[in-house]
Amino acid sequence: MGVTAIGASVKRTEDIRFITGKGRYVDDVNRPGQAYAYFLRSPHAHATIDRIDLSTALKAPGVVAIFSGDDIAADKVGGLICGWMIHSKDGSPMKAGAHPALAQGKVRYVGDHVAVVIADTYAQARDAAEKIEVSYTELPAVADTATAAAAGQQQIHEAAPGNTVYNWHIGDKAATDAAFAAAKHVTKLDLINNRLVPNPMEPRAAVGDYDSGTDTITLYTTSQNPHVARLVLSAFIGLAPEHKLRVIAPDVGGGFGSKIFIYAEETICAWAAKKIDRPVKWTSDRTEAFLADAHGRDHVTHAELALDAAGKITGLRVHTIANLGAYLSTFASSVPTYLYGTLLSGQYAIPSIYCEVDAVYTNTAPVDAYRGAGRPEATFVIERIVEIAARETGQDPAEFRRKNFINAFPHQTPVIMAYDAGDYAGALDKALKLADYKGLAARKSASASKGKLRGLGISAYIEACGIAPSAAVGSLGAGVGLWESAEVRVNPIGTVEVLTGSHSHGQGHETTFAQLVSSRLGIPIENVSILHGDTDKVQMGMGTYGSRSGAVGMSAIFKALDKIEAKAKKVAGHVLEASEQDIEFKDGKFTVKGTDKSIDFGSVALQAYIAHKFNGQELEPGLKEGAFWDPTNFTFPAGVHICELEIDPQTGVATIDRWTAVDDFGKLINPMIVEGQVHGGIAQGVGQALLEGAHYDANGQLLTASFMDYCMPRADNLPSFKIETIETVCPSNPLGIKGCGEAGAIASPPAVINALTDALGHEDIAMPATPQAIWRAAQKTMTTRAAE
Amino acid sequence: MIHVSMAVNGRPASADVDPRTLLVQFLRENLRLTGTHVGCDTSQCGACVVHLDGRAIKSCTVLAASCEGAKVTTIEGLAAGGKLHPMQQAFQDNHGLQCGFCTPGMIMTAVDLVNREGSNIDEAAIRHGLEGNICRCTGYHNIVKAIAEGAREMGAAATPQAAE
Repeated sequence: MGVTAIGASVKRTEDIRFITGKGRYVDDVNRPGQAYAYFLRSPHAHATIDRIDLSTALKAPGVVAIFSGDDIAADKVGGLICGWMIHSKDGSPMKAGAHPALAQGKVRYVGDHVAVVIADTYAQARDAAEKIEVSYTELPAVADTATAAAAGQQQIHEAAPGNTVYNWHIGDKAATDAAFAAAKHVTKLDLINNRLVPNPMEPRAAVGDYDSGTDTITLYTTSQNPHVARLVLSAFIGLAPEHKLRVIAPDVGGGFGSKIFIYAEETICAWAAKKIDRPVKWTSDRTEAFLADAHGRDHVTHAELALDAAGKITGLRVHTIANLGAYLSTFASSVPTYLYGTLLSGQYAIPSIYCEVDAVYTNTAPVDAYRGAGRPEATFVIERIVEIAARETGQDPAEFRRKNFINAFPHQTPVIMAYDAGDYAGALDKALKLADYKGLAARKSASASKGKLRGLGISAYIEACGIAPSAAVGSLGAGVGLWESAEVRVNPIGTVEVLTGSHSHGQGHETTFAQLVSSRLGIPIENVSILHGDTDKVQMGMGTYGSRSGAVGMSAIFKALDKIEAKAKKVAGHVLEASEQDIEFKDGKFTVKGTDKSIDFGSVALQAYIAHKFNGQELEPGLKEGAFWDPTNFTFPAGVHICELEIDPQTGVATIDRWTAVDDFGKLINPMIVEGQVHGGIAQGVGQALLEGAHYDANGQLLTASFMDYCMPRADNLPSFKIETIETVCPSNPLGIKGCGEAGAIASPPAVINALTDALGHEDIAMPATPQAIWRAAQKTMTTRAAE
Repeated sequence: MIHVSMAVNGRPASADVDPRTLLVQFLRENLRLTGTHVGCDTSQCGACVVHLDGRAIKSCTVLAASCEGAKVTTIEGLAAGGKLHPMQQAFQDNHGLQCGFCTPGMIMTAVDLVNREGSNIDEAAIRHGLEGNICRCTGYHNIVKAIAEGAREMGAAATPQAAE
């Protein structure tokens, strides 16, 4: 391999260790003398802890220590924080109940952390935990999102009367009400965005390791953002000052948002390692992941769309109840507010929008960002109500959308976001053609003649990612900035290391980031290493989520490369005895303009370090530059996904026959990797629409706590996909990247439900539309059609 | 404690273990072969798939004690003499992995699938044959492509069994 271009589908360098079993995930990490942690979890959704009796358990074989809430309180270990302040309509701050790493006095969801047993082996820890005697007094559980705030419900947190975290709103109520008053047609929709469990294939794990010689804690953890973990563990939880706390997130097996947050288990492993002066290792099993990983979605929504006589959208109003679970997870408050309400305009020019969101506590696992984080919820609302409005007013769903598209940029929506660039009609045209929209009627007849029901569903999505401009999100309540960092180290012989604050847990940064460096510096890609995931190596970063590594992470590298190029030109000038202004850099060579005097990048690097050809006081030796990139705006990937499926009314099984996607991600660094991101996102969205759903019963017991009861998408639930792109360059970063990591999961659920309801001839079907639900609906359809 | 002994990737491997020890624990903890992964607790995800006497099994659901005298091949034993197995190469060539966690089990299942159903295996049969392997990252599209290509390459190399 030589120099690789941006835009090339370069194979991934990181693959070698993964396909040969040499990946290094946290559970592969073993420290000499390590002890094993097992968490005793609450079997009750809501209860006071009256007494914890450890006496029998402490005598169990192999037990090193058992800790509970009293122990961490005595050590003044801080609680787990939520880092985004949201204010209610009345200006009051959100009501945040305390969130200790081990329960203090009360448990609030099944799986809540009551005690931790640390023993010489995992089996001994687990066996000893069964000997802990806990006396609980059960309280009524609040498990239903829609009624959590109703009068008479048990209060979960003293700080939050009516189990209400906040009553937030966005948009212009008066203008929207006026639009509805004048509307010629109003479409109404009640919908539920079903609760999901992210389930990356690698369960969470942590190894805490304390070095008493240097008073330093090292924490290996399955994190998407090790520096954020260090910041929170140090500044808020108070385990150690930052310079005495090293956090390492090595190979991480998927995250999808669930590994952003700072959890009880990793906190306790880090704390306990110092407490007992032995390494402490914890690995989640899959049931624990279901119980205690942050869940996603869980909205109950009423939406209304106003149309004028010409069938154009004049207003949208939305009321959502968002379930945040038993405690506020790290970013929970932001997901149903600034990542949701601000996308309700969709791709449409909607003059007036008003959205209210009531966030509630329930006795369920905490809910936080999961692939798309707010934008799938917004897209589901708008793309379902637009579809239904089109059908109600007898308009073709594609043409109704086209008629209402935004087609001039920049476009200021009524909900904060200002879209900078896009070509919505272009994507729709391309998608309709690729999906052979014109041939649909014939395909429907062919299916019908075989006794099957065929349907097609469109989803025209837009999302806001590349998060985010620090000052902007700060003004909206974020506690952190959302820039990214990069340091480019050129070694004396010309190989390069890039230290990035981004983290790769499947996104292929070791390849794509290296592509950028290779193409910019004109050096072979195999001469470039990308380092991430260790706070001792990379000084500071904000991590990977919100489809930000391309737009923000790579922009930081680009800026550092600008500085590298500038410095290298100075050195080249000295070596070639020419003025810096006369030096050109192209294809890896520095040349004196108009001559054939040149020197390659590697030779310049060596000269920078041996410093023989210049005055080291006037020009510092070395070739190493860093940059922090703070975005100037969100980025706005957008596109059209079309799902075509066929239902067998005898079985209720829906088979997706073809999936077409046309996405605008701006500039693509590696099309192969971009497509892979879209594939994975579509699979998760299809999962949400047809298969997945986390269910709690009325007592707050999680009924779906394993892969037996929670249906994960498998290879035979999905077709192969047709993925294409269009490009409108993103104007807000130097590479023109919009980002692609979440778009598939954002676009797909409404495409599926629109297709199902098209096939069935019904206006609605709830997610997940399982074969049972589809069968029931199909019976109605077949009966109605037989009668006609 | 009981004594177990078997051959793993062509080398003898034995240890005294708790009788409850699963094969996957024996591989990961006793032999430090951490390429085989644990992804669930109900035998469904397939991250733990290895070959036992030439057939794919879920090592989370087999006791080490019941592998006495058996030949076990893990992902670490698939490449022969420093050269990748055609299925491994096909996964890289087709971007059939993202985070890599399901990948060892996916590759071991794929090799077994081709061994059982032949190198002409089609898309439907591949998708059906992956019922026991869950991937959360890739959406399976490229895994299916990789397995089809790996199958063709295996057929071309006429490699009837995975390396023992």
